[in-house]
Amino acid sequence: MDPENLRYTKEHEWVRVEGDIGIIGITFHAQKELGDIVYVDLPKVGTSTQQGKTVGSVESVKAVSDLYTPVSGEVVEINPLLAESPEILNTDPYGSGWLVKIKLSDPGEAGKLLTAAEYQAYTGTESP
Amino acid sequence: MLDTIGAPALEDLYAHLPESVRFAGSLNIPPGRSEYEIIDYFRARGSENIHARANFLGAGVYHHYRPVLVDTVVSRGEFLTSYTPYQAEISQGTLTAIFEFQTMICQLTGMDVANASMYDGSTAVPEAAMMAMRITGRSGIAVARTVHPEYREVLSTYTRHQGISVSEFEYDVQSGQVDLESLDQAMNENTAAVIIQSPNFFGMVENTKLIAEIVHARGALLVFVFSEAVSLGLLEPPRDADIVAGELQSFAIAPSYGGPFAGVLAAKEQYVRQIPGRLVGETKDTNGNRAFCLTLATREQHIRREKATSNICTNQALIALMATVFMAVYGKQGLRELAEQNLAKSHYLGERLWRRFNGPYFNEFVAVTGPRSVEEINGRLQGLQIVGGLPLDRFYPELGNSVLLCCTEMSRRADMDAVAEAFGA
Amino acid sequence: MIRKVRSHPSQNEALLFEMSSPGKVGYQLPPLDVPGVDPAGALGAERVRAEIENFPEVSEVDVIRHFTRLSTWNYAIDLGLYPLGSCTMKYNPRVNEAVARTDGLMWIHPYQSDALAQGALAILAELERVLIEITGMDAVTLQPAAGAHGELTGILLVRAVLEAQGNMRRKVIVPDSAHGTNPSTVHTAGYEVVNVASNDRGMLDVDALERMVDEDVAAIMITNPNTLGVFEENIARVAEIFHAKGALVYMDGANMNALAGISRPGDYGIDLMHLNLHKTFSTPHGGGGPGSGPVAVKKQFEPFLPLPRLRRASSGWSWDYDRPKSIGRVRAFYGNFGVLVRALAYLMAHGGDGLRRATQDALLNANYLRKLLEPHYKIAYNAPSMHECVFSNPSTSAIAKRLIDYGFHPYTVSFPLIVHGAMMIEPTETESKQELDLFADALISIAKECDENPDLVLRAPYSTRTAKVDEVAAARKPILKWKG
Repeated sequence: MDPENLRYTKEHEWVRVEGDIGIIGITFHAQKELGDIVYVDLPKVGTSTQQGKTVGSVESVKAVSDLYTPVSGEVVEINPLLAESPEILNTDPYGSGWLVKIKLSDPGEAGKLLTAAEYQAYTGTESP
Repeated sequence: MLDTIGAPALEDLYAHLPESVRFAGSLNIPPGRSEYEIIDYFRARGSENIHARANFLGAGVYHHYRPVLVDTVVSRGEFLTSYTPYQAEISQGTLTAIFEFQTMICQLTGMDVANASMYDGSTAVPEAAMMAMRITGRSGIAVARTVHPEYREVLSTYTRHQGISVSEFEYDVQSGQVDLESLDQAMNENTAAVIIQSPNFFGMVENTKLIAEIVHARGALLVFVFSEAVSLGLLEPPRDADIVAGELQSFAIAPSYGGPFAGVLAAKEQYVRQIPGRLVGETKDTNGNRAFCLTLATREQHIRREKATSNICTNQALIALMATVFMAVYGKQGLRELAEQNLAKSHYLGERLWRRFNGPYFNEFVAVTGPRSVEEINGRLQGLQIVGGLPLDRFYPELGNSVLLCCTEMSRRADMDAVAEAFGA
Repeated sequence: MIRKVRSHPSQNEALLFEMSSPGKVGYQLPPLDVPGVDPAGALGAERVRAEIENFPEVSEVDVIRHFTRLSTWNYAIDLGLYPLGSCTMKYNPRVNEAVARTDGLMWIHPYQSDALAQGALAILAELERVLIEITGMDAVTLQPAAGAHGELTGILLVRAVLEAQGNMRRKVIVPDSAHGTNPSTVHTAGYEVVNVASNDRGMLDVDALERMVDEDVAAIMITNPNTLGVFEENIARVAEIFHAKGALVYMDGANMNALAGISRPGDYGIDLMHLNLHKTFSTPHGGGGPGSGPVAVKKQFEPFLPLPRLRRASSGWSWDYDRPKSIGRVRAFYGNFGVLVRALAYLMAHGGDGLRRATQDALLNANYLRKLLEPHYKIAYNAPSMHECVFSNPSTSAIAKRLIDYGFHPYTVSFPLIVHGAMMIEPTETESKQELDLFADALISIAKECDENPDLVLRAPYSTRTAKVDEVAAARKPILKWKG
């Protein structure tokens, strides 16, 4: 369920590192807790941010979850599909439901986050 | 029932309360009265207020006719005694009416989206200001002195505690409209919003389009305020504004010594998620039929709590319903004719008195006293069972010998003649 | 078995814009008795609008049928029990409607001179006096337009009092069981919200509070009875703890229906509180407003209250604007006068003893329901209930919808947040034993359905005018007005 090649946070976000870019999103567990996603609030391209800071939010009908970035750096791209189709977060949270691409200011950060196994232990879910 | 619960007496239901919190005495309130006695009490209080045969006060609360149908509709128990429509399946009546309300407010104001109403016009103003600050990320407000003085006081109460600076700009002493020079100087790069009212407190119609250009050129938002909703039947709506805040009391909401009223908060499409208050949206049910429900609730306090767009919980549903019925009864033609009648009445009296300002006016204007003082004039009118206009120096000390007069479709020619005569005109 | 309702055809109805026809009118204005004025000439052509595009054009018959049909799609107190917790959906007496429409009260302008408004001022003075009596406070402002508005006024008063002492402080403590307006109000008033978890009995954790209070805490916002319907037994002690550090205690009076006549918050350390006239004091909810949220305060707050204040002189009542320490206005004019009139009528009808009896009956009804339901539903916290009780059930949303099929409005679902699957039930005193029995029967029957036929409950409701409404689509693609 939760891909092995990603890193995770206790706030239910994931990050995939590709070179000096970190791609972030929310986990399967997070979208399940929220229910049908209706709206995603993303930061502006060019925003600088620090690990753990709020960069946006994800909304369902009855709840809002703040997005805390797992990595520090500058926002270089946000997912253009989410404005029209926020439901992608429910159907494909690890693939086309990515949220933000960040140019990493500290490439070592991601490696210190939770592994898939550690994240699953944290949420109490079984590995696939 | 006590047997079922297992309590010997009613008092045992709260016997668990510590002694220190129990009130064992009798409240100093007279014993309960019968229906007739209650009606009689209020009738007596009513007669102690002058309810004159004519009233020339405006200043944010207007004496317009209330169609009979309004009370017929809002007195229906299903509207009067129902709760907020959180359970959409059993509240389609309220939800549909609010959807129609939101639509008509947009049609009237030229905005793209309107909420289900605010407490009143005066509190809609700070909500609009705070909305502008959230949108622009700036923290300064510039407000015209010709915005209703009490609306500005409320703005001050709300902004004082949030590190928001509010500067006021002046009116042109000839026209009674906003002084554009003063407006320009009141703005800086931290100005989030400029707030104007039209018709303004003096009754003058503003050059909204021109003001919008000035405001937008500086990167700020224009908040347009109205307190006389009937004016929208005739005046070009504020299509260049970003946010509209207003008061709907003119639409079949009785003056009722100042409340309850219903406020408007409307805005351009792109600001929808920053709008405070309730919103009703159209959707479908599981059978594919059209249905309505409260939506975008994640802006609101019950979900966002401290991060909500506002702490507001209510909308003035029943009051907004009065306005909705009013708008339906008058309709497209009626609102126009109503506004034209207001214009005709005020200009009839306005032409007979000395007016302080030479700008265009709707149904209110500022008259300057001649041989007689304000007190004398209003005293004479009171003797004729007529309530005269508002002495302006109460709010604008620099405007002595000035009275704010309002004429509506309810103003009779004979009474307006009496006012002119009382002025010694 | 469903006993309270059976189905009945309900008429279809289009929107006003869909039934419009050009030239149809529902109004008639008398002819002008003064010359007409050309709008373009008087105002300038560019200031005159073209027609109001797509605005309705319907007849009087259309209007009355439209809104009458719409009304029949609503549930209402006039139709039956509304068990919504902390909403106090009691009967809205019709005499209140009649008196609010008294000519001399409906048509007076707020700027009429005081001499010409003595009747209105006398009403306000009497209401102030009675509310002070009920709360055990020293002064009250009738200005706030709603409960949340009263809360904001209250926290601004706290701020003013502390600023006058030289330090407004930074934080306000809010229990996690609080209504959402509490934290959002604190934020609007310029304070930082500090959440405190309730203890394992669902009440204020006195030890935790004692540790949290310091000179940086301005106040605590308490709801009493709390949102579980339980009286905060340690409230006097909590007040002492806060006062010892110079902090203040604000009480959210939403649950005053459990206290009126039997307990006065001003007697045991509450410094200020708001009341919801549309809850405890019977003014109608009207589908979501208007309300009124007076704030009652102890003496030390009096100079800071919103202006103007009512003052008695030999010549009668008048408005006093000479209030240099006032926090200012929280709204234009004096308050929701029409709502205040209704509340006073309610208080006059009850009198002191009647109020106490109403409170006792509210407790009676809530505890009766609790007793009937406890064998079938898990009570959230095992503490004595006052005027409402809270159960816990994972299927609370589905059960609530199924309740509609039985002819009742749902209880409050999933609030307070500290209870998993909350079912918050407040019957109020105006419900008869028959109605309560029907309600309990319905819930007991649904409990059985949950066991025997859970799918039936999950897919409810079946009998409503619309089937389940798609709230997800409404939020994803908001359509907030008719476009034609």
